Amino acid sequence: MIEPLYELFFARYNYWMAIILMLIGLYALIAKQNLVKKLIGLNIFQTAIFLFYISLGEVRGGTAPIYLPEGVDALYVNPLPHVLILTAIVVGVSVTAVGLSLIVRIHEEYGVIDEADLVQELRRR
Amino acid sequence: MRKNVIIKTISRLSVPFIQVFALYVIVHGALGAGGGFQGGVVFAASFILMIIAFGLTCVRQRFSYRWIVALSALGITIYATIGLLCLIPGGSYLGYGSIETALGVPHLHGYLIDAVEVGIGITVMATMTSIIYDMSDRGGESS
Amino acid sequence: MKLKALLAVLFLGIILFWAVGDLPAFGDPEAPATQYTGELYIRSVLPDIGIENIVTAILASYRGFDTLGEVVVIFTAGISVALLLRRGGRL
Repeated sequence: MIEPLYELFFARYNYWMAIILMLIGLYALIAKQNLVKKLIGLNIFQTAIFLFYISLGEVRGGTAPIYLPEGVDALYVNPLPHVLILTAIVVGVSVTAVGLSLIVRIHEEYGVIDEADLVQELRRR
Repeated sequence: MRKNVIIKTISRLSVPFIQVFALYVIVHGALGAGGGFQGGVVFAASFILMIIAFGLTCVRQRFSYRWIVALSALGITIYATIGLLCLIPGGSYLGYGSIETALGVPHLHGYLIDAVEVGIGITVMATMTSIIYDMSDRGGESS
Repeated sequence: MKLKALLAVLFLGIILFWAVGDLPAFGDPEAPATQYTGELYIRSVLPDIGIENIVTAILASYRGFDTLGEVVVIFTAGISVALLLRRGGRL
């Protein structure tokens, strides 16, 4: 009984942490009414995905994927997830920038940021 | 007015060091940790510190908006042009090995990667600065 | 507390937790992600390219085309913010 429990909980704790962060971000994205809070929830969701992906490439006892000087024998972690997540971080920054500027324009046009008030304003016009 | 003295003095002292560190991160992309994206964002952070401390009008007199937009197009042009130059000796697009075997200079592959990283750094820096110019200039208060 | 949103999130969480059992353990050296492609890149960067940073070599040389697309994405974000927030057409 103790062996499969250890396998599920303690040997894979990085996936648990990433999934909990992902659920927090998803709840903030769906349930909050304020538009800025929705955008922050999207950012938390993205960060959870990055942590999940980079922790897939970890090798126990490995060092950073930069070559050590000649003759030193070392174990390197997998460099491929780092490359893909570098691109994904930049995409996340771009989405946040455009989203925030859209929120600024919505506030200029209708005067509200809340989602329920925004639907009311749209119905009134 | 006296409340701003500390912020102005500290940012005036630390902005050159932040910019030198940003250049260090860009140029050491091939030797250690670093690269174009990281160094570009650190460079833009120094501009944001200047905007917070001294106000947008004072910074715009020195770095006008036209130059920033032109720089952001220059960086991606550098990247695409180096890729086109690799087609001339007969290689594929962005295949740096063809220039290295055509010219015969050793380690040219590494130097071309450094040039490409500089281009990426310029574009990222200019885009981040342009975004902060647009977002803190609401209603056209400062010309 | 929105009840429907909470139920949907919990349902998704249960499905994801059920799938954790199939993933490789943290730091496993026998994981299939590190054995084929990771080893190939670590072995072939120094003879082919000759620089020390494996991540920059993959980003700028093996996958240089993706990085070009990446720079276009961030350039587009800058242009989009300028189009949305500029008023009066002064450039």
